[in-house]
Amino acid sequence: MKSMQKGNYQLWILVLPALIYIAVFAYGPMYGIQLAFRDFDFSKGFTGGDWAGFKYFEQYFNSPMFWPTLRNTFVIAFFSILLGFPMPILLALVINSIKNNKYKRILQTTVYMPYFISTVVMVALLQILLSPSTGVLDLFLKTFHLVPADVNLLGNPSAFVPVYVLSGIWQVCGWNSIIFIAALSTVETQLYDAAKIDGANRWQIVWNVEIPAIMPTIIILLILNMGSMLSVGFEKTFLMQNSLNKPVSEVISTYVFNVGVKSNQYSFGSAVGLFNTVVNFMFLMLANSVAQKSSNISLM
Amino acid sequence: MADRLYRLVVIVISIFTFVVIAYPLYFIVIASFSNSTMVNQGDVIFFPKGINFYGYEKIFVDSRIWQGYLNTIIYTVFGTLLNLVITIPAAYSLSRREFRARKIIMPLFVFTMYFSGGMIPTYLLFRDLHLLNTPWVMIINGAVSVYNLIITRTFFESSIPDDLHEAALLDGCSHFRYLASVVTPLSKAVISVIALYYAVGHWNDFFNPLLYLNSDHLQPLQIILRNILLSNQAFADGAGSGAGAGAGSYAQQYADQIKFAVIIVSTVPLLVVYPFIQKYFEKGVMIGAVKG
Repeated sequence: MKSMQKGNYQLWILVLPALIYIAVFAYGPMYGIQLAFRDFDFSKGFTGGDWAGFKYFEQYFNSPMFWPTLRNTFVIAFFSILLGFPMPILLALVINSIKNNKYKRILQTTVYMPYFISTVVMVALLQILLSPSTGVLDLFLKTFHLVPADVNLLGNPSAFVPVYVLSGIWQVCGWNSIIFIAALSTVETQLYDAAKIDGANRWQIVWNVEIPAIMPTIIILLILNMGSMLSVGFEKTFLMQNSLNKPVSEVISTYVFNVGVKSNQYSFGSAVGLFNTVVNFMFLMLANSVAQKSSNISLM
Repeated sequence: MADRLYRLVVIVISIFTFVVIAYPLYFIVIASFSNSTMVNQGDVIFFPKGINFYGYEKIFVDSRIWQGYLNTIIYTVFGTLLNLVITIPAAYSLSRREFRARKIIMPLFVFTMYFSGGMIPTYLLFRDLHLLNTPWVMIINGAVSVYNLIITRTFFESSIPDDLHEAALLDGCSHFRYLASVVTPLSKAVISVIALYYAVGHWNDFFNPLLYLNSDHLQPLQIILRNILLSNQAFADGAGSGAGAGAGSYAQQYADQIKFAVIIVSTVPLLVVYPFIQKYFEKGVMIGAVKG
């Protein structure tokens, strides 16, 4: 018994640095959320200003930027999930059915690779490859009439979302397939054999054995994706933003950066940021409860 | 028949995916040492043409890039070390069933994955702690990723037999020693995976320096890259200085080639490390995300 207590004291020491970090750097800013309800006062800091109630939220809801930022965030997030979510599953099913181990390994190594490219480099790649005058990809797409010849893929507002979403898929589809490949590797061989004995062809094995096997993984990842639906990647949007595409590329997070940090409107920026976080959280809860009711799978 | 069609579809999709992903990467490599005029005219498709290393030569004499490189290496090495030193012990504690407090601590950690103070309160916190514009902000920030913590904890729980702990305890082994001499050596797979996750995060970090650093000499590679690659403040002035307008336009002509070379030089360190760790990926990701 004595050694148990001594042990617990050691376990506390081991967890303490992480606990302190989370308390200061994760809960500290949460404490600072009250800034969204106060008039920020430089001399008084974090929590010193006078209470302002929902003034800054109303200011945002009534501002001309409310609908554009909300709509842009939703559109980008929606298409990213709609197109980006099924692709890794498809890729995992394909990789899983390749028998030739050497080819399989080369393919996997290649499809994971773009994940290691930084966002800055990714956006630079897009600019180089899609440049209307010299870009190789631009040339290819236009030669095969996949995009109209007069479209500037980097400047045209209607091209922003497709370029954003498709390049995102290019970058992370392979990486995101890992988890489904891992899940598929746990399917027992007896299930495959049994299906074959029952006369199932390869398509039927996909539908009746493989997809059901990875369904829990699919649902959990979908819930997680829903939860971060509105936290559309700040970095890539920010880096791809230019004066031509700004009407469609200003999302909530870039707006918070532009008004909050750049123009020092700390209270207003905090309110917009908090709105974003709360909507995110609600999406997560909603997705979680729908999944729980329909399939008994949930995060918490 | 259906099976043959299936195999055909698999082959077609896999080849398509391979080409679509590999070709742009391959193109950057060959374009980085090809004649940039030929690249711009679309002559360089499968093989490099007019081979020269002008882009690389320019990079080697650019002090901003090396300063950025050095800063990034410092932030990545010390940042990742701090990550591991905090994450592994915490994951160990949280994996011990006799540690009752974990039932409270774990949800407190997990909650921060889904709810945060947001950009501005975090920025002001760093300001109040006088961390803005210091190297510390790049090392301390993100010291624990709850996601990596969960991966590690789950690995400890599921892959290290509990009998080992009982045996060690009977021999009078403390938790510290057990963690250092039994658990850590047995956990190379998961430790390399999270070390890679953390290191990639530090190496590619653009948002934090953008927000928290403003001195030139502290800027990491990604900020320098952005200036060179996206804002085009590249070499037009650098190469042109002291040599007149002619040299400036000469540099502009080669700007793209320099960009290709910069992309390669900045990405290669990660691509060199990752094949060695690749074999652990599936195991690490699987354990963390599916069971976690």
